[in-house]
Amino acid sequence: MTEQETRPSPDELLEQMQLEAKAARRGKLKIFFGASPGVGKTYAMLSEARRLRVQGLDAMVGVVETHGRSETAVLIEGLDVLPRKTVEHRGRTLQEFDLDAALRRRPAVLLMDELAHANAPGCRHPKRWQDVEELLAFGIDVLTTVNVQHVESLNDIVGGITGIRVRETVPDRIFAEANEVVLVDLSPDDLLLRLREGKVYLPDQAERAIQNFFRKGNLIALRELALRLTADRVDDQMRAFRRTITETQVWKTGETLLACIGPSDVDEKVVRTAARLAAKLGGAWRAVYAETPDLQRLPEHRRSAILKTLKLAQDLGAETATLPARDAIETVLDYARRNNLGRIVVGRSTRAGTRWFMHRSFSQRLGMQTPDIDILTVARDENLARRAAAGTQFEIRSGWQPLRFVYAALASVGITAIATPLHHYLDLANIVMLFLLGVMLVAHRFGRGPAALAALLNVVAFDFFFVPPRLSFAVSDVQYLVMFAVMLIVGLVTGHLTAGLRYQARVAHSREVRARSLSDMAKALSSALVEQQVVEIAVKFVQSNFRVKAAVVLPDPSNKLQPSLTQGAATSLDTAIAQWCYDMNSPAGAGTDTLPASPQLYLPLKAPMRVRGVLVIDPDNPRQLLIPEQRRLLDTFTALVAIALERIHFVSVAQETLIKMESERLRGALLAALSHDLRTPLTALVGMAETLSLELAAAQSSHADKADVIREQALRTSRMVNNLLEMARLQSGEVKPHIDWQSLEEITGSAVKGLEPALGGHPLKVDLPADLPLVKCDAVLMERVLVNLLENATKYTPKGTPIGIRAAIADAMLRVEVWDDGPGLPPGRERAIFARFVRGEKESTVPGVGLGLAICDAIVKAHGGNIWAENHTPHGASFLFTLPLDEQPVVENEAG
Amino acid sequence: MSLPARPTEIPRNVLIVEDEKEIRRFVRHALEGEGFRVYEAESLQRGLVEAGTRKPDLAILDLGLPDGNGVDFIHAVRAWTGMPIIVLSARIEEHDKVEALDAGADDYLAKPFGVAELLARVRSALRRIAQAGAAQNTTVSFGDVIVDLADRKVTRADQVVRLTQIEFRLLAALLSHPGKVLTHRHLLREVWGPAYVEHNHYLRIYMGHLRRKLESDPARPLHLITEIGIGYRYMPA
Repeated sequence: MTEQETRPSPDELLEQMQLEAKAARRGKLKIFFGASPGVGKTYAMLSEARRLRVQGLDAMVGVVETHGRSETAVLIEGLDVLPRKTVEHRGRTLQEFDLDAALRRRPAVLLMDELAHANAPGCRHPKRWQDVEELLAFGIDVLTTVNVQHVESLNDIVGGITGIRVRETVPDRIFAEANEVVLVDLSPDDLLLRLREGKVYLPDQAERAIQNFFRKGNLIALRELALRLTADRVDDQMRAFRRTITETQVWKTGETLLACIGPSDVDEKVVRTAARLAAKLGGAWRAVYAETPDLQRLPEHRRSAILKTLKLAQDLGAETATLPARDAIETVLDYARRNNLGRIVVGRSTRAGTRWFMHRSFSQRLGMQTPDIDILTVARDENLARRAAAGTQFEIRSGWQPLRFVYAALASVGITAIATPLHHYLDLANIVMLFLLGVMLVAHRFGRGPAALAALLNVVAFDFFFVPPRLSFAVSDVQYLVMFAVMLIVGLVTGHLTAGLRYQARVAHSREVRARSLSDMAKALSSALVEQQVVEIAVKFVQSNFRVKAAVVLPDPSNKLQPSLTQGAATSLDTAIAQWCYDMNSPAGAGTDTLPASPQLYLPLKAPMRVRGVLVIDPDNPRQLLIPEQRRLLDTFTALVAIALERIHFVSVAQETLIKMESERLRGALLAALSHDLRTPLTALVGMAETLSLELAAAQSSHADKADVIREQALRTSRMVNNLLEMARLQSGEVKPHIDWQSLEEITGSAVKGLEPALGGHPLKVDLPADLPLVKCDAVLMERVLVNLLENATKYTPKGTPIGIRAAIADAMLRVEVWDDGPGLPPGRERAIFARFVRGEKESTVPGVGLGLAICDAIVKAHGGNIWAENHTPHGASFLFTLPLDEQPVVENEAG
Repeated sequence: MSLPARPTEIPRNVLIVEDEKEIRRFVRHALEGEGFRVYEAESLQRGLVEAGTRKPDLAILDLGLPDGNGVDFIHAVRAWTGMPIIVLSARIEEHDKVEALDAGADDYLAKPFGVAELLARVRSALRRIAQAGAAQNTTVSFGDVIVDLADRKVTRADQVVRLTQIEFRLLAALLSHPGKVLTHRHLLREVWGPAYVEHNHYLRIYMGHLRRKLESDPARPLHLITEIGIGYRYMPA
């Protein structure tokens, strides 16, 4: 890439600066918090918006649900309302909040009612609070409303109190990070009164509501929760304030929590409890899932339930991890000790002795091994656990492969067939051995279930065909019953162990394959020299390891993802989602929170410095990507690819910088040499000529004026050289405008003073209003603009005609005009004259190279202004330029 | 403008530190024509030697010297003498000029410059030194303005001009160095204090007030001169 292309123009720099200034400011979130619907949160929010509106702030309604309440509807009048977006979902038309329209409109404050609302499928985010996060990130302030039952960590408590569980929740994090929380409170009696008066729901709904949710007991409990949560928040603020003033932080280490998620923690109670405790203790907390080989065998739906629980923990503010473990307890304790976590929260089953052998619960065993760590046990919700277990059985049945069981049965038949002719030669004990061998082989080949079946069939066949009396299930001797029992047990245990071994071998094998593919990819990536190669390697490895179609999208220099730079085989990728994923640095698409309906998964390639691109994955079976090892492997892959991309980026940056430094040094040296070498002889020439002309004049010689002409020409040449050098410097980007507050009066004064000798009989009229504001610019460059324009006016107009400067404010810009009363510009060339080496008239007798206006053009544009020329009628021309006006700087009052 | 009436006591030694022979030659020629005694140095090191031994009354210094930066010369010389220093610089070195003036240079001339301009600057600088030696005059006048520094009273065409505290302090700071270029930093520090050296807009605003109150055409001032990008200068009539 050449330097010419990478150097941003002044306009771009300016724009970027403004954008950055805006982005630096995150929006503020204000929550109107209430105990239940109907307390007047929306009303309070709208009143606040009207107040802001009166103050002149651009407050706008994003979404407000009036629920047909007239008091609320009245308040909306007079506020701008953002049009809703229509979403079609299963034949129904839904009106949803239009996030993109809001971001385009960029109001100062946006009202978003009901933060917990779940968006219709097809919207960018599944939840409204995610929309709000994006609004905040864009610097838009948001007012919103939340009911206590929607706070994630209180969700199950409220469910327990009211018997009604709401699905729509807001993570505690959002609540904790809100800049302001205002409690909108109403006593239960008043609320019930309002309900009866039909102010909350329409009358027929109201009666039903009073009997269900709005029982007085419920309302009191909810109100207490809301008040307490708000009080906790105030308490935190007080503590935070104290910390800032005393600076003595006494943090008890070991106060941090570890939530340990087990396979049966489907009710998420452990996580919620841990989140509440952590919030009370004011410490950070973590959640882990220790995955033993046993647990890896869990059916997929249970594993994804566990992952969902982990995700919930993350949403509640925990740092989460999945730990591959041989022994869950050891791994968890090791993790806790390494991270200095003093308390472990685990779930406790209320059903004792569910296994047929003596089995201590996880929490009990954990407690026995840790004298130094507190263990907090949380009772599990048995209904949910049982429901999950029922799901398990269904899952196994659905995964039933009948052929394996047929083979197992056939194996039994085969052994019987072989053993029958031999039973004259073999003892019964040896025949039993043959059957056991069969079970083991079945277990090895077909797994646990078929092995159990084979063991059972073997006992039956053995009894029927071999135990006297033969060909009957009757038993001649009771001790054969012992034999059957032993045979069955040995068969089952052998089958179990063999199948286990086989499974472990498979796990070990797949681990090895994973490790090998990772190391292969790392090796391949480390030898890649250009982006192209990295992308090819990434696509190849991802496709072969995950059996998916993959593609990598890379950004162009302006951070826009370029579909044309896409490498790989993903069929139809959505550039908008990819761009969002890139900008927000978070995964999107299938299996994520953002646009989960998309068939593809978009993963940001996140390197240490920044996101380097997006990996798009088009899976045949999206569920496959939800398996934790697969996700872990994929994450490792993306990290490797991102780091490789970053490495290549920095290598090329280093190279470019080197080349640039080299060429800049050269240019700088050349300019300095030129400027010195041209200026020095000119200085001497001017000086000598002047001395000569003075001396000749003193001697009353007739040659005095000739010496004067030499001096004039030398000065003119010097100005030309100045223009050339100036243009070269402006072109090279070497000139960085030194922007400061300037007064046009001073710049004009200085320009006019420097030009006075060159005015040559043109009367100059300066007309500046006395109350001109200060303007932000580079004074030296701006003086150059005025000098060049005035010089032009003197050069191209007849001697004796007036020229002048005037200024005015128009459209929030300072407009400066240099006018003359000369012949005017050649018609049609008003724009062309600003190009380099272009002059008004070709081959004119007026000296110059046509750089003056090009320099003016470059300087004014670098200041975010505009420059143009106009002809006057009947004669005369004007050169005008504008400069943006900023808010005037603050000057301390002198008296103060 | 004539010099004070004690011509024999007026010091007239000038040192030129400049690496270009041609420039040295015409400057020398011009100065000798005015009766100065001129010493030349073609490098920074020679310049320091000459300055130390010849005890010149004024130095003309090129900023771009082969063996170092002219600013270093100013720092070295300012340790022991207050002689006026006039800096020669190309337009391109705006930053160097400010640095040189902040370091203690009195004035600057942009190349190419004329003889008449050079001589005017030299005379003005020497006059300032002579006046500093004489008793402090508490009344300064320029144009139709009379400033009584002791009484803090300003009149213009016999009309009293009301100046605020800061306006007066700024005016006094300028008047105390007639002809000398005072950088933005210098004025801000002297009038508002060291915390304000970056608040250039204060100067723009207050200089605007002064020009409007004391200059007949504020857009084309005759006495309170703007040196764009550098600072301000009070030019006596």
